[in-house]
Amino acid sequence: MDATQLAIEERVAEQHRHHKKALFFWVWGALLVMTAMEVYLTYQNMEPKRMLTILMGLSLIKAALIIGFFMHLRYEVSRMKWLTMCSVVGCLILMTIFFFPDAFRILHLGVR
Amino acid sequence: MAESALVPDVSSVYEPSLFGTYSKKIGMWLFLLSDSLTFGALLYAYSYGRISTPNWPTPFHSQSIVNATIMTAFLLTSSLTMVLAVRASVDGNQKLQRLFLLATMACGVGFLILHAREWTSLIAEGLTLPGFPAAPGHKAAGEFVDVAKNVPQFPATFFGLTGMHMLHVTLGVIYLGVIALRRKFIPILLVCWLAAWLGTPASSPFHSGAHVLLLAAITISIILWLKPKLYDSADVEVAGLYWHFVDLVWMFIFPLVYLMSAKIL
Repeated sequence: MDATQLAIEERVAEQHRHHKKALFFWVWGALLVMTAMEVYLTYQNMEPKRMLTILMGLSLIKAALIIGFFMHLRYEVSRMKWLTMCSVVGCLILMTIFFFPDAFRILHLGVR
Repeated sequence: MAESALVPDVSSVYEPSLFGTYSKKIGMWLFLLSDSLTFGALLYAYSYGRISTPNWPTPFHSQSIVNATIMTAFLLTSSLTMVLAVRASVDGNQKLQRLFLLATMACGVGFLILHAREWTSLIAEGLTLPGFPAAPGHKAAGEFVDVAKNVPQFPATFFGLTGMHMLHVTLGVIYLGVIALRRKFIPILLVCWLAAWLGTPASSPFHSGAHVLLLAAITISIILWLKPKLYDSADVEVAGLYWHFVDLVWMFIFPLVYLMSAKIL
């Protein structure tokens, strides 16, 4: 490994040393609590569309916590954060645009 | 001439990293981005099937939901132990790092065992795919027989999505095993392969699926033979990124596949 890579690695390691262990336990606790909330909401006889919205909202918060704190993206340089997240979100939006209108159309026309 | 003058200044030769981090980590992030599109496509396929199919089944009893919740807790706990392993490796505490990596693997194995148990019970109740071998002399008579017959999209997307995730978790456990134990992990993996292969009936999809472990053992042997090395904190961190990603994907599979298909009496 060259000197530049070693220097970068040391800088990243230094960043990690600043993270408090307690923070990881808080994030873990929050993730467990949100999972329990999801299971509780499942049995509340909610309208499926509303339930799906709430469950997906909670899943997105959980995903953000995992990416930000456990995967340390929060501590990366902003170029890394924006490029990675924008590219994946952009692709998922494209998938949504292509797939879902057709699925709703089939439902509306009826399945034979 | 001073000795330092003979050492080339590589920092002026190599450009600084565009992303401000080391190349292994960027490589793993790029892989994870591509993999997130694989899972994105599978989750979209499941959602598409669900929206476009009237009378989509909601077959999961509370027992299945409890099982899936425990599996989620296993994965979340494994993410905590993984991040603590990364922290220990940065601090240079090898013993603690190995301990946390083994704890992460234990949680991963717990997840896999619960998942395999659930698959086995669903298959026994009739939720199956045409590609699964039929058990000789066994005729499924559970409530899932009708589901598999009337809405074949359900077992196809369910087994496709959860099977792909199960494969990722299995490979993640193997990856962590190599980082934690290096060559010592190969005989352990071979024992696991034999136990999974000989311990499951020929009608189970896990009987032939166990060969993934053999393939992994062969691949690891070749890699460690070609490039034997001691894994440093960067390797632990990169392995951790993969493991957290597997956890992240489950955060979407769990509500979409299980909670939205729970049978509410």
